[in-house]
Amino acid sequence: MKPTLEMYLILSAVLFTIGVTGVLTRRNALIIFMSVELMLNAANLTLVAYSRFLPDISGQIFVFFVMAVAAAEVAVGLAIIVAIFRQKESVDIDKVNLMKW
Amino acid sequence: MLGLALYILLAPLVAFTIVIFFGRKLPRGGDFISLFAIWSGLAASLYLFFTQMLGHYDPAFALSYRFDWVTWGTYKLNIGIAIDNMSMMMLVVVTLVSSLVHLFSVGYMKGDPKYHRFFSFLSFFSFSMIGLVLADNLLIIYAFWELVGLSSYLLIGFWHEKDSASNAAKKAFVTNRVGDAGMLIGMLICFTALGTLNLVELKDGVAQGHLAGGLLTAAGILLFMGAVGKSAQFPLHVWLPDAMEGPTPVSALIHAATMVAAGVYLVARLFPILTPDASLVIAYVGGFTAIFAATIAVAQNDIKRVLAYSTVSQLGYMVMALGTGAFTAGFFHLVTHAMFKACLFLGSGSIIFAMHHVLHNIHSHDDAQDMRNMGGLKKYMPVTFWTFLIATTALAGVPFTSGFLSKDAILGGTLAFAMEHPKHWLLPAFGFAAAGLTAFYMFRLVYLTFYGTFRKGSEAESHLHESPRVMTVPLIVLASLSIFFFYAAPAFNPTTPAGGWFATLFPTPENVTLASGRYVSPASSRLGDEAVEPTAEHASGTEALHSAHLEHLAHNWAMLISILVAGLGIWIATLAYYKWKIDPEKWRLRFGVAYRGMYNKWWCDEVYKATAINGTLGLSKGLAWFDGAILDGIVNGSATVTRLFSTVQGWFDNKVVDGLVNLTAMVVGFWAHFVRSFQTGQVQRYLLYTLAGVGIVIILVVI
Repeated sequence: MKPTLEMYLILSAVLFTIGVTGVLTRRNALIIFMSVELMLNAANLTLVAYSRFLPDISGQIFVFFVMAVAAAEVAVGLAIIVAIFRQKESVDIDKVNLMKW
Repeated sequence: MLGLALYILLAPLVAFTIVIFFGRKLPRGGDFISLFAIWSGLAASLYLFFTQMLGHYDPAFALSYRFDWVTWGTYKLNIGIAIDNMSMMMLVVVTLVSSLVHLFSVGYMKGDPKYHRFFSFLSFFSFSMIGLVLADNLLIIYAFWELVGLSSYLLIGFWHEKDSASNAAKKAFVTNRVGDAGMLIGMLICFTALGTLNLVELKDGVAQGHLAGGLLTAAGILLFMGAVGKSAQFPLHVWLPDAMEGPTPVSALIHAATMVAAGVYLVARLFPILTPDASLVIAYVGGFTAIFAATIAVAQNDIKRVLAYSTVSQLGYMVMALGTGAFTAGFFHLVTHAMFKACLFLGSGSIIFAMHHVLHNIHSHDDAQDMRNMGGLKKYMPVTFWTFLIATTALAGVPFTSGFLSKDAILGGTLAFAMEHPKHWLLPAFGFAAAGLTAFYMFRLVYLTFYGTFRKGSEAESHLHESPRVMTVPLIVLASLSIFFFYAAPAFNPTTPAGGWFATLFPTPENVTLASGRYVSPASSRLGDEAVEPTAEHASGTEALHSAHLEHLAHNWAMLISILVAGLGIWIATLAYYKWKIDPEKWRLRFGVAYRGMYNKWWCDEVYKATAINGTLGLSKGLAWFDGAILDGIVNGSATVTRLFSTVQGWFDNKVVDGLVNLTAMVVGFWAHFVRSFQTGQVQRYLLYTLAGVGIVIILVVI
């Protein structure tokens, strides 16, 4: 059986949903980070799938951009997490509410 | 000559300044400075008097110096000094009496804690009085007029620790203000009508008819009001007897010889511009004062009060003389009276001085001035007695005294006036009655004081002695000046001043209201035959002859009657108080109300208290009530209303306006609080909101 576009899209949606759920429900900052990666990759999958089926190469170029940006984001984000951990001895996201008001 | 006059004026002022500031530190309280100032002034006055007046015999002599004082636009107010015969005569009188009083005070005031102040005040008074005499201008006269009032106030209240003295000073000051108010109005009338206050220009202005009729009469009477106050004429005489609270030398200087004569002097100065009506008012005021005060003097027991009322009475004579047109006689009486009345006062001072000593030694607190405590002083105080007796005879009008000459001239003038105007017969009647009373009460005083036995017992009697020489010498000088001799040269006629230098030098000034033809019949003004010169202005030849004849007749009659009434007065006094043939006690009861009236000064003070004083107080109280109740009520009412409005407004401001503002804040706060609750700072929450938002957008887009 040849995989169809719908299958990709469903997989991608499932992955995205898992990522969203992870971001919203988990307390550990690292896990939230991983969930964010999951969401990015779900989006990447969608872009690649459309690129294969349309066919149009620009989707794949987008994916490269996204991965580059994600790598940068991970670098900055992990640095922030390390800084927070040094300060608070924890990576629990609930304890980090400095940004209110 | 003007320089000399200025020296006479300013020397006492300099003395005053030095003594008041440095007197305490100077030896003898600096009295020698005051004495030098006034004695040198006397020397200068006598020099002027003998060289100019007697040396040159010029009735029209006048010299003046003026300078601009104030310039108002085109109008210039100038002031200055003027010397003429009258002011030179006054200078001599003032400096002579003043220097003798200064000398007397050295003895009298010895040991007083305020010795130097006394002398500085005396100098100040001398300055003011001399300034008054030398002024050429009503305004300056007015200024010095007030200055003599001030020095009188200071000296009456010299012993201000005594309530009676400070009250008397206030009374004198306030009573004088009443008269001065009138004088000021009179001056303003003159100024409005004539634009000048200079005496000479005033006279010219009236002569040209710029001020005439009723207004001129009013001005004359109002100016005379000043004299009424200063010269203690009825009804403003009440201050003078009370002024006796001052030290006796002051009474002699100010309240007998000089200051009280200032009023007479003013009337004499204004004589040319007095209308017949004004003159008549003046004559009646003077005549009534003369008899009125004489009756009071009869019943007084305080030696100085008798003399005070006698002064009031004699001033009344002078005023009456000026009012009836007997100018020379009035002014003459001013001069002679100054001498013998100063002598009497200084004599009484000498007596009081001795009595104080006696009462002090027997530790008695009796009144040293009450004649009922005296008696028999003749033996112990011969100089005082003889000088006092001479002055008394002069005051009583006994022949061969100066008082006889002057009083006789006044009575003659008044009688002539009444003979021409028979309806005014009351004036000479007043005059003669007062003359009789004067003789009576003066001899009563002499008998009670000097004759009989000393009424304080023999132990006290041993302390009696004559006053020191510094006090008796002025008495001797003044007593000798009470003899006719000095005034009668060169004619030496003891019956009339006519022919003497005085009558020659002081002819009646021409009345300018009379010259302009509004005056019908001239009052008698000349003395005897010599001075009569018919003047074409107001009388034809026969009329002048007629009036000259009348005057001659009047003069003879007056002399006769006045000798008679004076003799009668002395005779009764002798019977009653020397031989005690008439019991004064019985007569006192027989007179009843009349005696009580005399004793109580005809209740003048009481009447004034009931009317003027209580009236003023009542008015003040009424006004105070009006001020307190009505005006304050209005003010307080408006304050209450304002407060009420303020309260309402405050409530409105606090509740409504502030409420709105607070409400806005509260609403904003509420919403802020609400919105804040979204901003938890938790990233996951924010993401959830984002998601929700995205979800909503998707739903909206899809639907």
